[in-house]
Order: sequence, then structure tokens, then C-alpha cells
Amino acid sequence: MELLYNIFVDPFAQMVSTPDFLLQVLWEGFVTGTLYALIALGYVLIFKASGVFNFAQGIMVVFAALSLVGFYEAGVPAWLALLLALGIMAVLAVGTERLVLRHMVNQEEIILFMATIGLSYFLIGSGELIFGGETKSMITEELGLPTGSTVLDVAGGIVILQHIDIAAAVIAALMVAALAFFFSKTRIGRALRAVADDHQAALSVGISLNQIWAVVWFAAGIVALATGIMWGARSDVSFALQIVALKALPVLILGGFTSIPGAIIGGLIIGMGEKLFEVYWGGLMGGGVEGWFAYVIALIFLLFRPQGLFGEKIIERI
Amino acid sequence: MIYREAGQFKTSYRQDSAIFPILQDRIAIIFYLFVAFIVIPLFGSDFFLNSMMIPFLIFALAAIGLNVLTGYTGQISLGTGAFMGVGAYSCYKLTTFFPETNIVLLILLSGFFAAGIGMIFGLPSLRIKGFYLVVTTLAAQFFLEWAFIRVGWLYNYNDSGAIEVPQREAFGLIVTGPAATPSVRYLMVLSIVVLVTWVVSNLIHGRIGRSWMMIRDMDIAAELIGVRPLHAKLSAFAVSSYVAGVAGAMMVFFWLGAAEVESFDVNHSFLILFMVIIGGLGSLVGSFLGAAFIWMLPIVIRAVPRVLGLDINAATVEHLNFMILGALIIFFLIIEPHGLARLWSVVKQKLRVWPFPY
Repeated sequence: MELLYNIFVDPFAQMVSTPDFLLQVLWEGFVTGTLYALIALGYVLIFKASGVFNFAQGIMVVFAALSLVGFYEAGVPAWLALLLALGIMAVLAVGTERLVLRHMVNQEEIILFMATIGLSYFLIGSGELIFGGETKSMITEELGLPTGSTVLDVAGGIVILQHIDIAAAVIAALMVAALAFFFSKTRIGRALRAVADDHQAALSVGISLNQIWAVVWFAAGIVALATGIMWGARSDVSFALQIVALKALPVLILGGFTSIPGAIIGGLIIGMGEKLFEVYWGGLMGGGVEGWFAYVIALIFLLFRPQGLFGEKIIERI
Repeated sequence: MIYREAGQFKTSYRQDSAIFPILQDRIAIIFYLFVAFIVIPLFGSDFFLNSMMIPFLIFALAAIGLNVLTGYTGQISLGTGAFMGVGAYSCYKLTTFFPETNIVLLILLSGFFAAGIGMIFGLPSLRIKGFYLVVTTLAAQFFLEWAFIRVGWLYNYNDSGAIEVPQREAFGLIVTGPAATPSVRYLMVLSIVVLVTWVVSNLIHGRIGRSWMMIRDMDIAAELIGVRPLHAKLSAFAVSSYVAGVAGAMMVFFWLGAAEVESFDVNHSFLILFMVIIGGLGSLVGSFLGAAFIWMLPIVIRAVPRVLGLDINAATVEHLNFMILGALIIFFLIIEPHGLARLWSVVKQKLRVWPFPY
């Protein structure tokens, strides 16, 4: 009985009795969720345009953040370091297209997936070689991002909002809006959607696959840089992020592999869900449940709606 | 060039479906086994046995386990590390409860626990496949990792949170613990690997293996001609996890001597997936080649600067190692997506028909 009480009654009683704490937890979850969503966004971009599940996205985030900090530490002003980091992502995009993707057209998806794992090993090795293996702190203030915090009086208590978190949410929203605009209104964006729809048809109307791939990898690189800055501002920049980046997988399951709004909403659900579970139910199981909870949500979700919230339903034929 | 199979006629189906239908192949396998069982333990140094051969064989076995699932049944899994962990922890608990029982028997038994857990986490595979299955196996990976830390009973509540291998004797020899000599441990590992490989090879060439391959090639069509997906997929998960569990138990008992959660983390799952893909999906020889490639290559790379007399610090070499490994993975996928096993058979075929290829 006591166990049932602890599972079904006590957490909700706590939520109602201290609503300010609940709001704080939800806010924390919301911010983590935005970051998951940003990582997932990078996966979705590449998956939509080339059908490649890009395992290296998590490493690209770390690599982008590290090169930004690395340039700054080498004495370059912050704005120039930002531009140079963008340049590195562009070089990476073109290089990946030239050296890897171009040679692997028409391979099975698992082979392409493996190639991106190889790419991520290469990036880990070169990143540590160039920038060193130790963790670095992000140059938040130098980039002009806010750092303080606001204390709100709500629901009979206080909720603390870090300004950087608000900035992260705003930037994520702006980025999604910009991507949506890019996809639907620009020439390259439409070409991108055409490629996503059908490679051969796109080729036959004169769209260059290679060019599109380079563009989309660069777009994913920009998303990676933004994610890296936001993540680095909350915790430090280190290669540990690659395990966190795997959380984007359950996010994608929830949202559907090809949907940008799905990635955002999936990220928020996972972020808030796992924070709530950790705070209110985690203690019953000895804590540390954040590591696997997201995957279990995805697992349960898969049993009922395998195509995700916004994914396209694939009808299989023999 | 080396041999031709001309003149070897098969007079029964039994001969035709043998695993090594050609006489020279049978001679070759006996020769390899002779080298592995007699020459290597006699002449190999402790370093060679300890840090090259033993881990190579253990990882090769784990790769065979994953190959059953990914290569033969077409279900991608990133939970191999955790299933190895289940094998290791259950073997540790078994030997705590039954200290007198032969440790080799316990290692073979502990695979069944891994098989059970593997079947539970394999259940979603009945509804989903591809990358979606990756997520469910990742759920297994992270959940089990968490359990290995939080459930104190698994490591007998000791303070370090690690499992330490006690000394055990089998067949009149000390086989585990610090007192066991590398050659004894090597022979134990080799025997188990050969035994399990032989069993798996027979499974694959039999009815069960054919049903796995039918599910891999087209699941709906396989179902239509009477293969039950439930049986085929779950048996693949069970066999795969069993083999991974045995490999995990051997890893701790015959190689590491003590293990924490880090020995079974997601990086190991990736490492074994690499071995399978580089070696060749759906090939037992490939599992050995892949394990040799992925495990031996870093050792060779580490040795290169020393041999050349260059003074490069260890961390740099380690980073270069990652870069070279990554680049080689991409390179191999580009030149031969079907892995080293295909490369090997192409070379064999070329040699067989040389010098008249047409």
C-alpha cells in the first residue's frame, strides 16, 4: 500500500502543495527540452534531405563549440571567432559531401549510418588533437548573451529564470522560424524539399544532389553551432555531450524522423517528462533515472504510434 | 593458384551442405586450430596473449553474437555492451552462490540470463525495425547500465561498486583470478570461443538460421511462407544475447579480472557494431576479421612511433588513433561496403582462377 501511495498519490500531493517548485521543475525541463530539440533538429534536417541518419550530429555540436572557444582563446575577437567557427562548419559540410557522401550514393542506410559513425570518430580524434581533451567554458558574456537571472513571484513562492535559458528558448524559436522560412520560401529550400521527396525526380529537373547535400550539412552545422553555444553556456563544452546527444533519438521517435515541429515538441515532452519523473518519482528507484527514462518513454510510444506524432505513415509493400 | 577444387565430387546432399565442402578448406581449418591451440600458447609472450589474443577472441565472440542479430536477422542493436554486462554480473552472482561449481560451466550458464533479458528487450522488434529498434536497444543499454550501478545486490554490496573475480579452479588448474597464467586463460577462452562458434555455425546453417535470414531479407514474405516472426526474431535475440553474455562473462573472468559499469557502456556496443560491419554483415569469418582489425589496429598504431623512434606523447597517439580508425571505417565502407569477409572471398576467388580469370 505504501508503495502505491508513493507512486500514485504522494508525487501529485507534492505538486499541488508546492506549485512554485513544480513550475521551476517544468521550466528546467523546458530548457533541457529546447536543447534536445535543437540537437534533434540537426538530425531531422539531414535525414529529410538525404535519408542519412547522421550520427555525427552530437559531435558536430561539440566540434563547433570547441572551435568557437578555441579561436577566442587564440586571441581572435568573439564576433570573428563566431564567423570562423561557421566557416569551419562550412568546410566540414563540403568536405563530408566530397569525401564521404559522394562515394556512397545508393548504398543501404545502415552503411551510410556507419559512415557517419566513422565520421564522428574522426571528428572526436581531430577535435581532441587540435583543441585538447579538457573541458572548456563557453564565452557567454563575450558573445553578448545575457547571464543574470530573474526571480519571479508566482503561486505563493519564487521561480528562478536564468536569462541564458530564456535566450536559448528565443534563439531556438527564431532558428525554427528561419528554417521554416528557408524551406518554404527560398529557391534552395524548395530544391531541398524536392530532394527529400524523390532523389531521381529532383535530379531529372536539374537539381544538383551534391550541392544540396553540402547546403543541408552546412545548415545542420549552423544548428550545431547554436546548440553548442547554448549547451556550453549551461554546462561546459566537453566530449561528454555525445552521450547526451543520443537523447535526440527518443525525441525523434516521438516527433517523427522527418518533422521539424515534431522534433521541437518531442524535445519538449522528453525534457519536461524526464525532469518531472526524476524529481517526483526518481527517489523511489534510487535516483539517476534521467539516463534511461527518455528511452523508455520512446519505447512505450513506439508500441502505440510507431510513426511518431507528426511522422509520415509508411505503408509497406512486398 | 593455391588450390583448385577440381575433382572433388559430392555424392550426397549431406556432403554438399557441409560447412567446409572443400578438402583444402578442411585442412586449412585444422591448421588454424593447430596454430591457435598449440603454437600460440607455446611461443606467444604474456603480453601477446594477454592484451592481444584474449581480448581479440572475446570481442570476436561478442561480434558473432551481434552478427546473429544484425547480420543474419537484420535487427540493428546497440545494446550488446549491456547484454555482455548481464552475462558478467550473472556469472559473478552464480560463482558467489556456487563457489565449488566448475567456472566454465557457470560461464556457459550465465549466457542464459543474458538471453532472457535480451528476449524481453527484443519484444518491441515484433512491431518495429530499423532505427526505431536502435532506440529500444539503447533503452536496454542505458537501463541496464543504471541497474548495474543502483542494484547493490549485483556486486555483493562492495564499496568499490566493481565486481572482482575470485580465484577459481577448473580441471585441476587455476583458471581465474590474478594467479592464473595467461596461457591457461587463453586456452580456456579459445576453447569456449571455438565451442560456441561451432554451435552458432550449425544453428545458422540449419532451419533456425534460414528462418532468420528469411526475416532479414523480407519479413512479410517470410511470414507468408510460414516463418513465424515471433519465433524467428525472439530466437535471434536469445541466441545473440546468449553469445554476448558468454563473451561478457569471459571478458571479466578471463581478461579484465575486475569490472565496473564502464566496461559495458555504450561505447563497447559501438565498438562491437564496428567489428561486425567492418568484418562483414552475415559472416562468421567476418566477425573474427572485424574483431582483429578493430582491436589490433590501435595496438599497431600505438607501436608505430616507438618503432620509428619518434617522441610523440601518449595522448596525441590516442587522438591520432581515433582519427585513423574513423577514416579507415569510412574508407572501407566506400571500397567494400560488405566488409572484410567479402574482400577475403574476392581475393580467394581471384587466386583460385589465376592465371586464367575467364
